[in-house]
Amino acid sequence: MAISNQESGFRTQEFVLNMGPQHPSTHGVYRAILTMDGEYVVDVENVVGYLHRGMEKIAEDRTYTQFIPYTDRMDYLAGILNNWGFVMTVEKAMGIEVPERAEYIRVITGELQRIASHLVMVASMALDLNGYTPWMYAFYDREKILDLFEMICGSRLTTSFMRVGGVPNDIPEGFIPKLEKFLAELPGRADDFDNVITGNEIFVGRTKGVGVLDAEAALSFGLTGPNLRASGVNFDLRKAQPYSVYDRFDFEVPLGENGDSFDRYNLRMLEIRQSARIIRQALDTIPEGDIMAKVPKVLKVPKGETYCHIEGSKGLLGFYLVSDGGTKPYRLHLHSPSFVNLGAYPKMAKGTVLQDAIASLASIDIVLGEVDR
Amino acid sequence: MDNINVLVDTLKEKFSSKISVSDDGQSLVVSSADIFPVLKEIKENTQYNFLADLTAVDYPERMEVVYHLMNIKDAGLIRVKALLDKSDPKIDSVVFLWDTANVMERETYDLLGVIFEGHPDLKRILCPDDFEGHPLRKDYKVEPAVRQ
Repeated sequence: MAISNQESGFRTQEFVLNMGPQHPSTHGVYRAILTMDGEYVVDVENVVGYLHRGMEKIAEDRTYTQFIPYTDRMDYLAGILNNWGFVMTVEKAMGIEVPERAEYIRVITGELQRIASHLVMVASMALDLNGYTPWMYAFYDREKILDLFEMICGSRLTTSFMRVGGVPNDIPEGFIPKLEKFLAELPGRADDFDNVITGNEIFVGRTKGVGVLDAEAALSFGLTGPNLRASGVNFDLRKAQPYSVYDRFDFEVPLGENGDSFDRYNLRMLEIRQSARIIRQALDTIPEGDIMAKVPKVLKVPKGETYCHIEGSKGLLGFYLVSDGGTKPYRLHLHSPSFVNLGAYPKMAKGTVLQDAIASLASIDIVLGEVDR
Repeated sequence: MDNINVLVDTLKEKFSSKISVSDDGQSLVVSSADIFPVLKEIKENTQYNFLADLTAVDYPERMEVVYHLMNIKDAGLIRVKALLDKSDPKIDSVVFLWDTANVMERETYDLLGVIFEGHPDLKRILCPDDFEGHPLRKDYKVEPAVRQ
């Protein structure tokens, strides 16, 4: 993919094209400064930070419980997974054992959240490539998941569902029949997506072989989650080092072959089906019991350092907690997958035409709330 | 966290007294001058070749740059720390080992003021370019917003 204008000996002047911060294809307030040679992208500079709220500084002035609502403002498309990562870090630091039923409820809601997040990715990527129908399809299904969240925690987007030591609410009446209905419909809906998008000739033509990142480059750029697996690296934290109760479920880790935009998209479709499988098994085997561990009213984390991460919907979501033994963190570092994944974008976009660069950006699945924190 | 004693034994042969284990036995402590060769050795000759996280912590008496390295096979983690002088927080960049260090080092520079020498483009990333100070330092005081 060399620069065609230069190859033919026809000299053109490079120019700078500013994309964003308000642009539909940037999925939020993100700005890319593109150096262009005709239609071709020569260089990309990421400009982020428009949503920087200083969450790490805020955390130093909040108690551990008070910080939970901040976490779902990071990746606002996967609030429950963010809550989970944070409370798991505090639980690990304090040595709290979470009751089994709570772990199962976490797995069920967490995997539902993963499906919802992947649905947005699939929908918005199709939208970036001029397909409006998939957006309506995907949001129809996501709406059902948000309805389920509303039933269990009273909120749809910023859930703040997890607590240190368990979950605040047990599964409410009417939740399971609704979830059963959703799970029964999902495979058919996923097939519909495949018919509309995955098998669409225009979609395939615009994404196959675009923004290729091989396994070595993906590892060097620190990609994790679906973006890393699309490059053929078999790494899923739920399998590699199962946290919570993930070791009890039977599921596969889908892998890509080429590491292009199409693989990154297709992996999400495959993961949606695997997440549904996990929820199915969790529903069948969920035990009775408590949903909260015995946790002191005032949380004091022993002096020391903890690093804990979970497999979020975008990649490894890490929390590095330094405690001085008090009721507030001495330092809390939030390692967000979107921030790191976006760092690989210039590598994907260089040398491609502008509309392919848009497809690559959509395939990374960034959420700016998480990039900027 | 994986047990780092095995790793320390193999590294001792090459770096002898330059490395040590922290008091809590959880992290490998390296002086800031030796960070690049030590991390290069770990990346090339051990299983911990994935940079999972890079950040820094501002303690009253020193600054610490903290690296979390992961084994991609079984997700085992180790923590490597470099101790920095607070009056002159400088350390070698590891962008040549991992491309991902580029954004993480920029973030650490932006929020904590650690200078990464050899970084190709060290500038602010989350705060605006004309921002003064480094907000995650303990001496940076947040003032309440003025309400009108």
